[in-house]
Amino acid sequence: MTTVLLIVVPLLTGLLSFFIKEERSAKAWALLSAVVTLAISLITLFQHGSSVSFDASWLPMLSSRFSVSLDGMGKMLTLLTAVSFPVIFASTYNNKYKSPNAFYGFMLLTQAGLMGVFCATDLLLFYFFWELALIPAYFLCSKWGGEKRIAVTFKFFIYTFLGSLLMLVGILYVNFKTPGHSFAISALQNLSLTTGEENFVFWLFFIAFAIKMPVFPFHTWQPDTYEQSPTAVTMVLSGVMVKMGVFGVVRWLLPMFPNASVRMADVIMIMAVVGMIYTSLIAIRQDDMKRLIAYSSIAHIGLMAASLFTGSAVGIQGVLFQMFAHGVNIIGLWIVVDVIEQQTGTRKLSELGGLAQKAPTLAILFVVMAFANIALPLTNSFVGEFLMFNSVFQRSVILGGVAGISIILAAVYTLWMVQKIFYGELTGKQNYEINVPVNTQLMLGVLVAVVLIFGVFPQPMLNLTNDTVTKISAQIK
Amino acid sequence: MNTIILSAIFGVVMMFSGIFIHNRSAYKHIAAAALLVLLVFNVSEGNGFSLINVDVKYFLHFEKFGLLFNSICIFSTLVYVMLSGKEIEKVGNNVAESYALIFFVLCGVGIVTSYTNLLMLFIGIEVLSIPLYVLTGSDKRNLKGNEASLKYFLMGSFSTGILLMGIALLYGTAGTFLIEHNGTRMLSYLEALGLVLLFIALSFKVSAAPFHFWTPDVYDGAPAVFTSFMATVVKVAGFAAFIRLFEARTGTMGSQTDRLIGIVIVLTLAFGNLTAVFQQSVKRMLAYSSIAQAGFMMFAIFAVNDTAKEGLLLYAAAYCLSTIGIFAVLAKMEDMTLEGFNGLAKSQPLIAALVTIFFLSLAGIPLTAGFFAKYYMLAAMVKTGNYIGLVVIGVLFAAVSVYYYFKVIQAMYFKDGDIVLAPVTSGFKYLLLGVAVIIVVLGVYPNALLSLLYF
Repeated sequence: MTTVLLIVVPLLTGLLSFFIKEERSAKAWALLSAVVTLAISLITLFQHGSSVSFDASWLPMLSSRFSVSLDGMGKMLTLLTAVSFPVIFASTYNNKYKSPNAFYGFMLLTQAGLMGVFCATDLLLFYFFWELALIPAYFLCSKWGGEKRIAVTFKFFIYTFLGSLLMLVGILYVNFKTPGHSFAISALQNLSLTTGEENFVFWLFFIAFAIKMPVFPFHTWQPDTYEQSPTAVTMVLSGVMVKMGVFGVVRWLLPMFPNASVRMADVIMIMAVVGMIYTSLIAIRQDDMKRLIAYSSIAHIGLMAASLFTGSAVGIQGVLFQMFAHGVNIIGLWIVVDVIEQQTGTRKLSELGGLAQKAPTLAILFVVMAFANIALPLTNSFVGEFLMFNSVFQRSVILGGVAGISIILAAVYTLWMVQKIFYGELTGKQNYEINVPVNTQLMLGVLVAVVLIFGVFPQPMLNLTNDTVTKISAQIK
Repeated sequence: MNTIILSAIFGVVMMFSGIFIHNRSAYKHIAAAALLVLLVFNVSEGNGFSLINVDVKYFLHFEKFGLLFNSICIFSTLVYVMLSGKEIEKVGNNVAESYALIFFVLCGVGIVTSYTNLLMLFIGIEVLSIPLYVLTGSDKRNLKGNEASLKYFLMGSFSTGILLMGIALLYGTAGTFLIEHNGTRMLSYLEALGLVLLFIALSFKVSAAPFHFWTPDVYDGAPAVFTSFMATVVKVAGFAAFIRLFEARTGTMGSQTDRLIGIVIVLTLAFGNLTAVFQQSVKRMLAYSSIAQAGFMMFAIFAVNDTAKEGLLLYAAAYCLSTIGIFAVLAKMEDMTLEGFNGLAKSQPLIAALVTIFFLSLAGIPLTAGFFAKYYMLAAMVKTGNYIGLVVIGVLFAAVSVYYYFKVIQAMYFKDGDIVLAPVTSGFKYLLLGVAVIIVVLGVYPNALLSLLYF
């Protein structure tokens, strides 16, 4: 039952939020809602079995049910979602938005969609929430984004919607081929398709997930969208929403099409590794911080995509761990970007420099986040990336070696960014004080703590997702 | 039977009320009341209450599907009259006549949803079409309207001729006008030709490519209020006629017509969607989009199974309500181009939000009725087993349709402009809100409508 609350609370508070016209109350309301959701999510961590599942009749004619349930991966991702939103709301509390009621309403609706995606155990329901997360995001980016927002967001929307539609065809097809025409995950895992059918439907699903993640060459919407969206939305997109794609692969794609996953593994791994190197190289050339982080995010997601298809338990374990780590780290990076943009009015590396002199605390916090982005030991990413590289190496030394170059490249562009922003000479334009708001510092502090805690002591997180890993790796053997 | 009789009577009543009542705004209320009565009687026929008991065994057969289809059409017309009554008053001199014609159209709808005899199909289609020729040209001083009317009339007459030829050929081979046939066999040449001619004539009525050329001009030329009616109620009624014929014929046709229908579907989707992308006028864009939507509804004609029939009902409801809602707002606007929508969200936030829901429904986004409508169509296609390629083509064009529907949403929300909108009453807003609520409810729980088919 608590699982349903995870969806219902943000959904209802989001709808109500549209009626709260006053800016401060709208903000407070959204923050309150996000904190309540976080509390519920923490409760689910200690619940098991039937107390985290719910099943009710929804569309008897289509034999689709409203059934939600949380396993380890579900708990981990709902926790990530539940943690992200209060952090995002709190760290951007001082930002001003036009019609804040609508802004926070759409944000909470997105959260409801995300929660639904991570909970659903019925494929049609999953599709429903998949779209529910997309539509508010479309409005958020198009209304509150940067200069080129309309065209850019439109591209993002059409891209992902096309992917969703292809997935819809896939859903229809597997539903038709399942005995009893069911959408339940348990029934879908026993599909019997011919090789040709399985390959075909596999791609229908995979393209949808690949666009969302995004995996090279389906990534072109991503840097533009991250750049143009308001930073709070970018945090949601990159911190949580891209995990939908990875989640989709683990929850649905691998169990439904284990054989096709093995057959296609080489193609996808090559795509992912090429993407890693390609986007890392582009990241080095970026001048805009947002674009740099966006490309770096594609590279990191590429590694996840590659190790998903290695077929090893270690790889999947690494991916699950890294999903949480990547979410935390990238939100941290965006918070710093947001502070710098709000205070200096620019995101361009070429116009920044020496900020460490003005804001030493911010510099320290950012450096930790940057180290996490490079996956240095003692940060949480190290654990995830180590497991993932391990699995890729085991499968193919060549791919592993090539993918390994991206670590060096990550160090190049991340440290370059740190150096340009915080060190060196103060550039002429910076004759102002940088006041990092307390709430922002606090939130960054929390994230840094999470980074270090899980970097030193990752076992609780690994234990949490262990059941999923065992189950999936048994299915794809 | 109730619908056919009552709508004919109400049509005559409306016509004569023009003589006795001179208050122009009174007609709207009379028509709405009459439609309500019509709806009640149509529903009660489903429960076994018929006004008169005559034996129409070899002509008409009333079953749940047809009656539910009638209900959807009548209800949509009711919503349409309530929303657009003011605009109907503004067109032409004799408002009562417009309403009379609308009732005659509904009489035709009642026939084509329940015929079992090709002659009744012919009569139904004619009763449905002739009032439309008049409505299209009802704005007498508008040259474009006149052109549209004449074009529609000429093209319509040809298609009627083709329809008759097809019926004649079928009668010649089978010796009966009944549409029921049993047993699969190879079609004889004449029979096949007859069926193809019927297919062409009906494709014309529902504006499926390549028989769609009249649609953009007629929809664009006719007064916006009547375009709304033509593009919705009349079009889906055409599909009801279509699916009845093909359902009865599946036995004999088997898969022999699959390729023909498949080609028509692809052409319709391609033409409707790709042309709609380039339109600047929203009214004309909606005309092309109605062709595109027809392409999607053609999937039901291809699949002809239970899912297809359920889907067609859902599609009819979703498509009619959304389009009527959009046209109701469009008819109140001075500038019917995309720019005309700029900044609607600022001046009329509620209306803009509702129009957004209507467009989302047309685009088939989940949580709206349009999603399940499309879903059922695709599911029906997948159930046929083969032709998954057609389904993929269908969704690709659905993605294209998002492009032009969202352009309007973008104009409303993300662009600034001075909107010129005729004054709207709060009643109009509430009614529009009600329509949007129905669309969302059907989008979350489509069984609300479909369960009526079985209980």
